[in-house]
This record gives sequence, C-alpha cells and structure tokens, in this order.
Amino acid sequence: MPATGLAKRIRALQFAFLSPDEIRRMAAVKIITADTYDDDGYPIEMGLMDLHLGVIEPNLRCRTCGGRVNECPGHFGLIELAMPVIHVGYAKEIKRLLQSTCRACGRIIPEALTGRGVSFSGIEDSGGGFSRPVKEDIACPHCHEVQQKIVLDKPTTFRESGHKITPKEVRARLERITDDDCRQLGLNPKFGRPEWMVLTVLPVPPVAVRPSITLESGERSEDDLTHKLVDVLRINQRLRENRDMGAPQLVVEDLWELLQYHVTTYFDNQTSGIPPARHRSGRPLKTLVQRLKGKDGRFRSNLSGKRVNFSARTVISPDPLLSINEVGIPVEVARALTVPLDVTPQNMEAAQTLVKRGPAPPMTDGVYLPGVNYLVRPDGQRIKVMDKNAEACSAMVTPGCRVERQLINGDIVLFNRQPSLHRMSMMAHFVRILPYKTFRFNLCDCTPYNADFDGDEMNLHVLQGHEARAEAKVIMQVQEHILSPRYGGPIIGMIHDHITASFLLTHHDPHFNEAETCYVLSKSRMPMPPPKGHEKNGQPFWTGKQLFSLTLPEDLTLEFRSSICSHKSGADPKEHAQDDCLVVVDNGQLLSGTIDAKAIAAGKGVILDAIARNSGPARARKFLDEMSRLCITAISLKGLSTGIDDEDVPPDARKHIAKVMSDARETVEKLVDQYHDGKLDQMPGRSLEETLEVQIRSTLSKARDQAGDIAGRFLGLDNPAVILAKSGARGTMLNLTQMTGAVGQQSVRGERLLRGYYSRTLPHFARGDLGAESRGFVSSSYKTGLSPTEYFFHSMGGREGLVDTAVRTSRSGYMQRRLINALEDLRVEADGTVRNTAGTIIQYKYGEDGVDPSRSVQGKPLVIEEVLREALGKKYRTELELRGEGITGTTVVGEEEQDLLAEAQQEEEVEEEEGEEGGGFEGGEGGGEGGGE
Amino acid sequence: MTESKAEKLSQEIDRLARGEGVALPTVILTDTSEKLAQHRGIENEDVRKVAKELVRRFRKVEVDAHESVGIVAAQSIGEPGTQMTLRTFHYAGVAEMNVTLGLPRLIELVDARRVPSTPMMTVYLDRGIRAEEKKVHEIALKIEVTNVPDVAAIGTVVEELKVVVTPRPALLAARGLARSDLDRVLSESLDKRYWTVSNGSGGGEGRTFEIHLAETPPPRSGKEPDEEMPFKKLLAAAEEVRGIRIKGLSSIKRALIKKEGAEWVIYTEGSNLAGVLEIAGVDRARTTTNSVFEIYRVLGVEAARTALIQEANRTLAEQGLTVDIRHIMLVSDLMTNEGDIRAIGRHGISGKKTSVLARAAFEITANHLLRAAITGEVDELKGVAENIIVGQPIALGTGAVDLIYRPAGGSSGNHTRSKAKPAPGAPETHEAPKTPEPPAAPVPPAP
Repeated sequence: MPATGLAKRIRALQFAFLSPDEIRRMAAVKIITADTYDDDGYPIEMGLMDLHLGVIEPNLRCRTCGGRVNECPGHFGLIELAMPVIHVGYAKEIKRLLQSTCRACGRIIPEALTGRGVSFSGIEDSGGGFSRPVKEDIACPHCHEVQQKIVLDKPTTFRESGHKITPKEVRARLERITDDDCRQLGLNPKFGRPEWMVLTVLPVPPVAVRPSITLESGERSEDDLTHKLVDVLRINQRLRENRDMGAPQLVVEDLWELLQYHVTTYFDNQTSGIPPARHRSGRPLKTLVQRLKGKDGRFRSNLSGKRVNFSARTVISPDPLLSINEVGIPVEVARALTVPLDVTPQNMEAAQTLVKRGPAPPMTDGVYLPGVNYLVRPDGQRIKVMDKNAEACSAMVTPGCRVERQLINGDIVLFNRQPSLHRMSMMAHFVRILPYKTFRFNLCDCTPYNADFDGDEMNLHVLQGHEARAEAKVIMQVQEHILSPRYGGPIIGMIHDHITASFLLTHHDPHFNEAETCYVLSKSRMPMPPPKGHEKNGQPFWTGKQLFSLTLPEDLTLEFRSSICSHKSGADPKEHAQDDCLVVVDNGQLLSGTIDAKAIAAGKGVILDAIARNSGPARARKFLDEMSRLCITAISLKGLSTGIDDEDVPPDARKHIAKVMSDARETVEKLVDQYHDGKLDQMPGRSLEETLEVQIRSTLSKARDQAGDIAGRFLGLDNPAVILAKSGARGTMLNLTQMTGAVGQQSVRGERLLRGYYSRTLPHFARGDLGAESRGFVSSSYKTGLSPTEYFFHSMGGREGLVDTAVRTSRSGYMQRRLINALEDLRVEADGTVRNTAGTIIQYKYGEDGVDPSRSVQGKPLVIEEVLREALGKKYRTELELRGEGITGTTVVGEEEQDLLAEAQQEEEVEEEEGEEGGGFEGGEGGGEGGGE
Repeated sequence: MTESKAEKLSQEIDRLARGEGVALPTVILTDTSEKLAQHRGIENEDVRKVAKELVRRFRKVEVDAHESVGIVAAQSIGEPGTQMTLRTFHYAGVAEMNVTLGLPRLIELVDARRVPSTPMMTVYLDRGIRAEEKKVHEIALKIEVTNVPDVAAIGTVVEELKVVVTPRPALLAARGLARSDLDRVLSESLDKRYWTVSNGSGGGEGRTFEIHLAETPPPRSGKEPDEEMPFKKLLAAAEEVRGIRIKGLSSIKRALIKKEGAEWVIYTEGSNLAGVLEIAGVDRARTTTNSVFEIYRVLGVEAARTALIQEANRTLAEQGLTVDIRHIMLVSDLMTNEGDIRAIGRHGISGKKTSVLARAAFEITANHLLRAAITGEVDELKGVAENIIVGQPIALGTGAVDLIYRPAGGSSGNHTRSKAKPAPGAPETHEAPKTPEPPAAPVPPAP
C-alpha cells in the first residue's frame, strides 16, 4: 500500500566480497552448458537460462521457488572456473598486497608500512589501506627470503623480475597473508579475504537480470551479459578438457589467458589495454561496469531517478483566468489519473455511487463527472472497474476497500517543467478540469518554470498519500514560492502584456465611462466603486488608478519611482508629476505614478514584494489573480499594437544619422592613417595595434549611440514600441535604436571581426584594411535593411551567440550538478548550526545570522525604519524629517541602493534578451556594459 | 555625541533581546540604535518597544530547523549560471587588462584551481603615498618584473662565439634602471666558470656587453666528455640571458597604475601576494589578489574563505545577477571546512563523502563500489542520495522529523520510529481508527 508509513527501514548497507563458499551456497544451479534454449525454445538444463535461475516467460514456473514471472525474484547460478583468474577491478589492489608482503611467507615486510611514501595523504587516497612497494633485494625479516620486484602488466598480468606469476600463484600468496596483516594493510578480513580477489568460481546472475528478447520475426536475441557468459563457459570447458587431457603447457596457458580475457571483459568491457569484446554487428558489448556507469547507467538513470506512475505530460498553454495556484487539466488526463480513496463507514455510500458510474461517466451538459478506474478490496485484490462490471463493483464496496477515483476540481497535484534548476521548477497546483488537450496555467507562473508556449511540454504528478498532500499544500503551493530564496524578492509576478496593460491603465490616469468600467472589472469580479467624478456632460467617470487600487490591500502604503522614471532620486516633485512616474500608494489607494515593471513585474515588483511580505502569500495570490484578470480586460479595451512603421523617423533624421555614420567612418580612417604614419599615441600598457582597436571601437560605439539618440528623439511614450520598452514589458531602448538608428559593431570573441580570408574578412576588401565597414561595423538599421556584407557580418556575430548558448548550458549544468552533489546533505539543525551527514559543523549559525533568504528583504533580515515606525508610533521621524530638524546623521543610502539594484536588473534583462536572440553586437561604452553577448 | 548614546542603546536592546532568547545580528543592533539615537524624547519604554518589535520580526525571518539550506544554496548559485556570459571581458576598472569573468570564473572558483586563468592583483598603498602618482609609479616599477630583453637587444655572433647584449638607454630609463644595473645582473647571474662578460663597442649608456665562452670548456658532471657543438651552447647562453630578471617580482608581468577616487592604485597582471606584501609602502590590509589559493597560502584559510566569498559575489554581481550572500557563504564555508580549500566535485567534497552509494551515484561508479568491498565499508544511509537510491524518505525538512505513532487500540502494529522529538504542537499520541490511515502529517514549519 502506498505511503502509509514504513514498516521497515534499511538502516545501513554493508559492502563485502563474495567468498567462493558464499557464491556456491547462493547458487541454485551449476551452469556447465554454454547454451541457452533448445530447438523448441525450452531452456536447456544447466544452461545459461536454466529454470532454476528464475523465469522470464509468463507460463513457466521457477524450479527453485516455484514462483511465476512476477513472483520469483530470480536466483543466482555459478560457473566453476577450471583455473583461477584475476578480478580486473582488484588488479591494482592485488599488486599493492603482493608488493608489501613476503613472496615466501606472506607476512608484511615492515618497510612497506614505514618511511617515505607513506604520507597522510597516502592514507586518505587509498581509503584507509596504505603501504608502499618494498624495494627489491630486501630480505623478509620473518623468513629471510629475498624479495623481488613485482610489476603489473596491465590489465591483469603480474610479473616478478620478468617472470609471469600465474593467478594460481597469486592466489596462493594472498592466502598466506594473515588476518592481522590484512587489517594492517587496510583490508577487513571479516568482509573479505584477499585471495577472494582471485576468482575460482563465477556467480551467474539470474535471468531476470539478463532477459532475452523475442523479436517480431520470432527470433530470439540474448542479452550482452548472456553472450559474455557463453564465451566464458565455452573457453572454460575447453581449458578444462585440455588441462585434463594433459595438453601442452603452451596450449593450456593460451586458453587460460583467453579465459582471463573473457572474465575481464565480462566485468568491464572498457578495460584499457585490451580490445573490447564485440557483438557480431561490431557494437561493443555492454557488460557489468557499463551497466552501472555514467548518465544512462543503473545509478544515475534508475536509482537516483525513477520512473513513476500517476503522472502525465502534455503541451502547455496560457489561461489568464486561472488562479496562479491552479492548473487546467484536460478531461482525458483527468480520467487516466487517480487518487486513492479509503472507504470508511462514513463515506461508503458516496464511494458506492462513485463506483457505480464506472470509468467513463458521460458528460452531462458538458460537465465532467469523475469516475473510478480501480477498486482494491480489503484482501488486496485489484479489480479494474469497467462499464460492464460497475454495478457489481459498486456492491463490493465496503469499509476497508480502496477506490481509485479520477481527478476532480480541487485535487492537489505537482506540476513541473524541466530542466528543474531550482525548487520553483516543481510546485503544487489545484486541479481545474477543462476541455481541450493542453495543461493550462496563469501567465505569472511562466517565470519560475521558465516556460513559454512555443511548444513547451510539462509534467504533472498526482499525490497519493494524505501526508504528501498535506505537505504539498503547505510548502509546495505556488503562492508559497512568490518570494524567491535566491535573492529575497518576488520571482512570480506580472509579465509582458500585464505590464503594458497596467501602464495603459494607470499612466496619466485615463478616464473610463460606466460601460468601460463595467467591462474592465467584469473578469476580476471586483465590486464597482462609486465614480470618481463627473465629466462636463454629467456622465460619471472612473479613473485607471482608481480601478487599479481595487486590487491593493487596504493597509498598503509606499512610495517609489516607476521604471519609466528618468529623473534622479530626490528630483523636483513637479518633474515627476509631469511624467507621472512617482508612485505614491497611501492606504491602498494609488495617488500618483504609473504602475509598470518596477511595481509588479516578476523579479523586481516593489508593490508585489510589499504585499507578499506584509500581507502574506494568500493575499499576494489574490493580488496576482485579480491583476491578471484586470490587465486582460484593460488591455483588450485599450489595445496596443506595434508594427514596423513605429520605427519610422523623418527623412531629416535619417540624413542626420547617415552624416553621423560617415563622420565616424572618416574618424576611423584618420585613426588608421595615424597608425600607419606612426603618429598614434600609444596607451600605457597597450601595444600600438591594441590602442588603435580601442580607439576605433570607442569612436564607432559613440557613433551608434549618437544615431540612437537622434532616432530616440522621435520615439516618445506615444509610440507603442517605446511603451513596451520603457515600461519594462518587453525589449529595451537599445533594441529600438538598433531598428531605427544603426545596428552597430559586430563582434566575435569580444573583438572586431577579423577572421575569414587572409588578412581580410571578405574578398571585397583590401588586405589589411582596418576601416569600419571591413571589420564588421553595421551602419544600417534593421528598418533600412543591411547590405550584403553587413548581413554576413551580422550572421557571424549571431552564430557566436548561438554557439555560446549551447556551450553555456552544458557547462553550467555540470557545475550545478556538482554543486548539488556537494551540498545536498547540508541542513540546519535544531540548534541553528549547519551540518553535513557526518555531523561536521559547516557553519555555527546559518549565514552568520540564521536568517532565511526567502524571508529576508533583499538579503536584509528586516527593515529598521518599519520597526521604528511600528514601535515608536508618533515619535518616529523619517530620515528626511530628521535632517529637517537639524540632527546630523548618517547619509541616506536607501534610494541610491534601490537605483543600483534597478540598474543591475535592467542589465540582466538586456543580457537575457541578447542571449536568446544570440545578437553579437558591441554594447555601449567600448564593450563595457551591454556587451556583445 | 550620538556615538556613546548609540552604543548604550545597542547594548540595552541586545540585553532585552537576549532576555527573549534571540541574539540579534550586530548590524541590526548598531543600525537600529544609531537611528534611534537621532530621535528625540526616547524613553526606556520606547527602547523596550523597539527591542520587542525587533525580536518579533526577527523570529519570523529565521530559518526553520532541518531546512535543506545546502540544496537551496546550490540551486541559487547554479540556476543563474545559464544566464551568464562565457567570455573574458575587460575588467571594469582597467580597460587595459583582461580578466576572466562570468561562468568560466565561477567554475574556476568552485573548482578550487591553484592558479586562476588570469591572475591579477589590486595593490593599495599606504596613506602617506597613495595620493602621489610619482611614488606609486616607483612602486609599480618595483613590482613589475623586468627581464633583460625588456631593456636590451640580445644577439649572437656565431663565428666569434659570443652573445651581444645591446642596452636601450630609453627603455632602461623608463624602468628606472641604468647600464650599471644590467652589468651587475649579468655578471652575477652567469656562471663565471663558463662565461666571461666584457664591455663591447659603443659608448655611454648604450655600450654593449659581449659574453664569450670561457677558455675552459665546462666540465659536465659525471657524464661522458661533452660532445655538444659550441654554437649550441652559445644559443643556450643567449636563452639564459633572456631569462635573467633584473628586478621586480616573479610572475608579475605587468603593473599599471590607475586613479581611483583620491588615491592611486596599482593593478597587476600576474600575482605574487607574498612578494608584494614585503614591499614597503604597500597597504597590507587592503591589497588583494584574485588567486584564492595564494591567499590561502599566504594568509590562511579564513582569509581564503573571505576571498572566495568576495570573488564569487563579485563575479555574480558583475553579471547583474542577484544571489543572496548566505548561499555563497555556505559554499565557501563548505569548501574551506577542513582547513584547506577543497573543490566542489569528484576530487574534493563529493569524492570524500562518507556514503558509498552517494559517491557511486556521482562519478566513477565502479571504483567506489569495488573499494567499498575491500575495506568492508558500511553505508549508514544518512544522506540524501543514498536514501533516494534505496527508496526511503530523506532526512531533510519534514523528513527529518518523526512522529511517535501509538495506535489507540492494541500494541500489535506498534511500529514506533522515534529519532527526534515530535514537532512542537503535534499530538504525541494519535487516536487513529483501525483503517490504515497514516499518522497526521508532521507539522510543517509555519509559513
């Protein structure tokens, strides 16, 4: 039964060698025939598919335990090796043991444990056991035997002073090592004697481990391991025969080595020094080590991550009318996924009616009704409920039964999008069953999942236990993740159209008549407030700021500057008023300012942050839900469209831009001339060529900025594209100036283009031309169109961007895997320390102050002003008031820092933007900030 | 005036908070008390109120016990990795120098490389001289390494078997050197038994040096009589002359000075912290290098930890990514926990984990399993990876808390698993019906 607590818990795992005895004891059958099935397709006795090893076919029974396919776990068999062979994995260890012990009596040579070479790090590296090779010519203090030099001829041959030591001899020597000496050498004889590293019997894994598959043609295909075992058996047989017949020593030795080869590749088919065993088709066999190793190996693919039931995957699409806590699920999916329902006397009747409906109750008036897929009786028997047997099943429902009921609205599920880079990649949502075939969710949830709707798919998991559901609800629900633990700010917030909409709604406070107001409020279902005033014609009107205020909590009071604000902090309020960019919220009423990215966007929204922090996640969820609905109606009323003619500038301006460009080109030519004449002043610490490059680049980037400024003069807030950029909804002013002004310098590896032909980029230019256009300067704008050479250069920059992104994802993915692996075991203990599983203290107090970053205010534990205001009441004075009272104090830093933060985020946006589009152009000041990435 | 007042307030608030069982961070104490000291008419009652409010709010932001801070930190640093640049950029301060930034730099830090790909130092100077360009320049020259080829041309005349060193007076002067310095260095560093240095043609500062092969052929130690051609030795000598250091610190290729605010700062390409700290006039408290390992060697682990935090923080901040410093601190603390710097990865922390399964699941699977058998290792299944592998709940967050479950009726299925005390507020016994309903969920941390 799932999730009803653990009956047993594995406390520890002990690793050990399998001794030959143990292998024999656990073997159900001794394998001697190198064959699998006879002509009728029946397993050959004492063959590799012997029925004692378990069964893989549905009709047969295991000869050892009598179980059928799903009951029998499989049993081991064994192969008695004619001659012992070395276990490849332990060749190095065997070498160490041979080198540290006497060749005659097997006691440790004291030199092996003392002196140089046995350092502390040596102990660490060898995992406890350590020793160093004994010098040749040293006599054993116990038996006075003179030692010889032992080398390991990779992978499995040992030589002593040039002579080969057979595995048999190796085993004999290892046998002579006493238990006490084993401990000295780092072995634990309780769990493994050294001689067991030389194999005399080989365990044969159960057939379940190496099932054969039947192809469509009826042909049987054996597993790689079976193939390898056949090889081992065949050679083993020949070796035994030859040895018993008294064949020449040479023949026996050859066969022995062949056996060693097969056993070696059976363990590890990538052993260096020997050719890998191959399938007939030439494909190398996948043997034991290969099964475990690497990304697709047993460990990472099947043990650290497992396949699960009760999950679904489909394409995602947006639905602004859903709450951020909800997920829309297609009926088809809802019918396939179930929630277990334990039948009690109290709910028995309800359960019975549920079962009576069967697995696919018809939709009545388009309303979904949940059905039941399975009924589990108290004795554990599982009955599939079908239309036919629904009635009968319903009668069977008694307390103690379990009914597997289909999803209904309000069930809690986990929702996930890969790559799961942070914990917000998997959150709990409440189910809403909807028509059509996609998963749907509120657009605000795009940021944490990093999802868009260009074909993305997502996964969904249905929780099966009460405990899991309770935890999901309390700690995994979307609203609990509005504030990110990465930086203590909101990561879920409004995006794109929401921001445009709230800008249109609040900028310069437009008026709405009664019908419009009704429409705007219709989706968000907020009560209509009394009108703000009356127009001259007597019609009542409402204002955008008034409507926006409806979403705010009543106790919200704050003040900040909008994204569109271009004034310095502390500027004249009049200037702010002109641009309507100083946001003032007083007790839940927006008095002035424009609501844009700075206020509500994911990643920075100040209002959102304040609500989530002061009024709690539930209130923040309400705000986001209402805002998404309000924004949808607002933007469908107001409308916003942008097209290529938004980038139109008057012909005069275009001429002006062309002039700037040609001037820049001339300046560059002058610089190049100066360079050739040797008149260029060298910059300190730079070569002449570098100096020239730096100056050319700064000239050209200035030119592009100028072109942008000229174009920008015609791009005011009446331009829809500018609204998008300035409000922070999408794009940047840089994007716009590239469309209208000039695209700018293209770069590869952070330098002007220079690759392609011998000392020139394209054959259209003279060799050694250092001028602007021959090295990738694009003076056209996207609107006017690029010349063929410019287009080519632009593609070079673009290509680099693409390559970069590809390389970056894999590199950062690996870094994160390593970080997670190193840090996964750390946790805060009840005493506030951070410790790993071994109990080692990593930090005495988490983060030096014990504060949870997701609850902090941008990393700070609390806002002191708020504390003082709360505690002092009327006595509280703001920083400004204090200064007014003439009390000198510390300088104000709050505003300044906020500006810096905003700037940093602005840059982040630019970064992201360009990453996506892979633009490789040169940024603002000589490759300083905007960067060519 | 506020100084002592603030001090007193701070102590008082601290005392009050500790009375409530909360140790407030020093920053909060000082900030609050400074702000409070500026207010008028503050009475004891007000201070008490402030302390109470501080405690109330601070309690709300404290981490929950058993929070998996490690994973959160790893995610917080790893997730923005995809948004970082892959390229070397000009350092914001000095346009003349290239410094590795972005993702490669972050990986380098986490890898605990001995030498960064672009070592760099920022040398601050003592109060007396930091404003004077000339003196700072002098120190920069002292730091920057000057080899013979930097100030002189080196040529060989094969027919006469000599190396000719032609000093360039202009270059010499620019580095604050004279011909005599060159003379001294040449005669000091060449083995007199094999080479003779004499003055050559020209006059004044530009007079050349001639280096001849000495009469007695150099006896090779122990080996058979030297069969080498003399001109080969000549070329070897020229090579040796090229490598002679006249002054400066080894591995500092370049030193540039730059004005920052009111003071001049030296930026160097290449790093030699120990050497620079020896130089008079250098402000030892602020001078730093971007080679974390060098800081560890010269100043110790604690300094290395701070350096790691600063470097990682700067790298992330420079890319415009905001990551809480606590995450970076946790990574740095883990890396320096054992007294030296250990890398994040198979050669460092992950390779030294106690659990066999966790190590096997990470990298080099087979070796870890094979080794475990030799020593008879026991996997205690305490960590995350191991328990996922065997299919058990992990001991983080709600999984770290166990409830005692005592069915009301009988003692039959009395599976008690108690490790920790029941979470506060959770019922100790659970009046459960016979139906296999699980015990109430462990009380999760208050949101």
